[in-house]
Amino acid sequence: MGYQFTKAEANALFQQWKERYDVYAPMLMKGEGCFSDTDIVRYGQPDTLEDIEWAKKSDYSFKEVLLSINQTLFYFTEDKTIVPNPPKKEILIFLRACDMHALTRLDDVYLKNGFEDIYYRQVREMTHFVLMGCTQSCETGFCVSMGTNKADTYDGYVKLDGETVLMDLPMAELAEGAKAEELAVTPDYVTENFEKVTLPKNLTNECFTDDIWKEFGSRCIACGRCNFACPTCTCYTMQDIFYNDNPKNGERRRVWASCQVDGYTVIAGGYDCRKNQSDRMRFKVLHKISDHEKRFGHTMCVGCGRCEAICPEYISYITLINRLAEKEG
Amino acid sequence: MKNEYIPQLSTVREVIKHTALEYTFRMEFDHAEIVKPGQFFEISLPKYGEAPISVSGIGADTVDFTIRRVGKVTNEIFENYVGDKLFIRGPYGNGFDIENYKGKELVVIAGGTGLSPIKGVVDYFAAHTDENISTTLIAGFKDPDSVLFRDDFKFWKENINVIQSVDRAPEDYTGPVGMVTKYIPDLKFTDISNASFICVGPPIMIKFVVKAILELGVKEEQIWVSHERKMCCGLGKCGHCRVGSTYICLDGPVFNYVDGKKLID
Repeated sequence: MGYQFTKAEANALFQQWKERYDVYAPMLMKGEGCFSDTDIVRYGQPDTLEDIEWAKKSDYSFKEVLLSINQTLFYFTEDKTIVPNPPKKEILIFLRACDMHALTRLDDVYLKNGFEDIYYRQVREMTHFVLMGCTQSCETGFCVSMGTNKADTYDGYVKLDGETVLMDLPMAELAEGAKAEELAVTPDYVTENFEKVTLPKNLTNECFTDDIWKEFGSRCIACGRCNFACPTCTCYTMQDIFYNDNPKNGERRRVWASCQVDGYTVIAGGYDCRKNQSDRMRFKVLHKISDHEKRFGHTMCVGCGRCEAICPEYISYITLINRLAEKEG
Repeated sequence: MKNEYIPQLSTVREVIKHTALEYTFRMEFDHAEIVKPGQFFEISLPKYGEAPISVSGIGADTVDFTIRRVGKVTNEIFENYVGDKLFIRGPYGNGFDIENYKGKELVVIAGGTGLSPIKGVVDYFAAHTDENISTTLIAGFKDPDSVLFRDDFKFWKENINVIQSVDRAPEDYTGPVGMVTKYIPDLKFTDISNASFICVGPPIMIKFVVKAILELGVKEEQIWVSHERKMCCGLGKCGHCRVGSTYICLDGPVFNYVDGKKLID
């Protein structure tokens, strides 16, 4: 059901949401960018609708709400294990169409690849999604090429339009107590991006020996920022920690891992099956545009363009993919 | 819903010391009947983390893990085991299917601790010699001091063909010396099209062993390999073991070579 509100009415409804849910949305964090005097857009908990960053795409994605950067799986006390309590309050996440699609990729790995991951399942079931429309393309996104520019599985849609606020609220709980003019609201979406990507369609193991991987990989400094900004990267490493004050107690955590960083494939004894950055680049890119698709039926990449924007070495993932497609002819 | 990450405490029933670096830990496990050779468990000591370890033997209510002291976790397991308990979870992975090798002329080629994942298959055919045509084990070790499963070799030598070789040895050593590949061209078969090969060892060994086997005129589908990778979860989530669209922990670690040859890191 669509609604038109004044800003004040919409914010009143937003306050109701905040009572019921932990609300996460992209917010402009002044001066908190990677370099001095730079800003960053990342997920936080806004107090009002105006606290949300509506214009710019977030530099880091919503995934950190569902999969924390380091997550305690359980606590040890001598020979016992204790699992932390799942979140008590339901969660509401504001996100864009590309990220709605990224959510299905997280589900692939955490719910459909072997055993279901109980931690992900618990938080996933408690989370609802509010779509933010896109009236114009972001700088590096290529959602149209990836078919991820539209999303229709949202629980709510919110658009700030001058002094009025438009909403579509398919989830009844979000519309509770809403007093406003009802009308049809359809989400904004872009039909053209600045960046266009053509996916190579006939990739085989033969492309492994192509010089393109060396060309792009040799510039990589293995910082892993592309992985951490990517809304579909899901890898983690186990980590045990023990408390200084009581070495008999501790916890087992999982922490985000990057396939570009040293150690990702090192096994006990020191053997590393993917030592150089060219192979690591190839491993990452092929996963995003081809390998995940072979297993789950859609590409892992959703074309959000965050990796393109965040690389400190200006390595262009977009150019790399287009070059691969060109080579195919 | 089961939390797959929570390990269970398992008592160390027995420790068999093969060398200074390699021990077999016989651990209590109530569901040993569901475990297949070639599968693995995540074994952990709180504080030091988890490591994926192959099952090297399956008893009535125990599973064996032959652990080589090479990493942070395994070092600690060697120091802290006496009468103690370890956390285990598993079994994971596909393991070897004994049925594939029944009625065949089976050749097993293993290097070092690579013998662990395949030991269950060798044990089975050494105890059931009537279920296949022949079994040959070619086991390579670095030197005479590195030989594992000495007691098991005695039993195997009575029941199947065994070539136990070492890469290098002192001058007075009387056993076979040389890489495992050296023995492959001399293998004799009644009908080579009915032969099956299993190869487990470090990547470089698998590469050269498979090459030597193929030179015998064997088809790729007659060869099985087992791969080793970093695995943090064993559950298809952590991503470290993925190669292309294959998750070694879920789809492997045992592969027919037709599929295994496509796995390029």
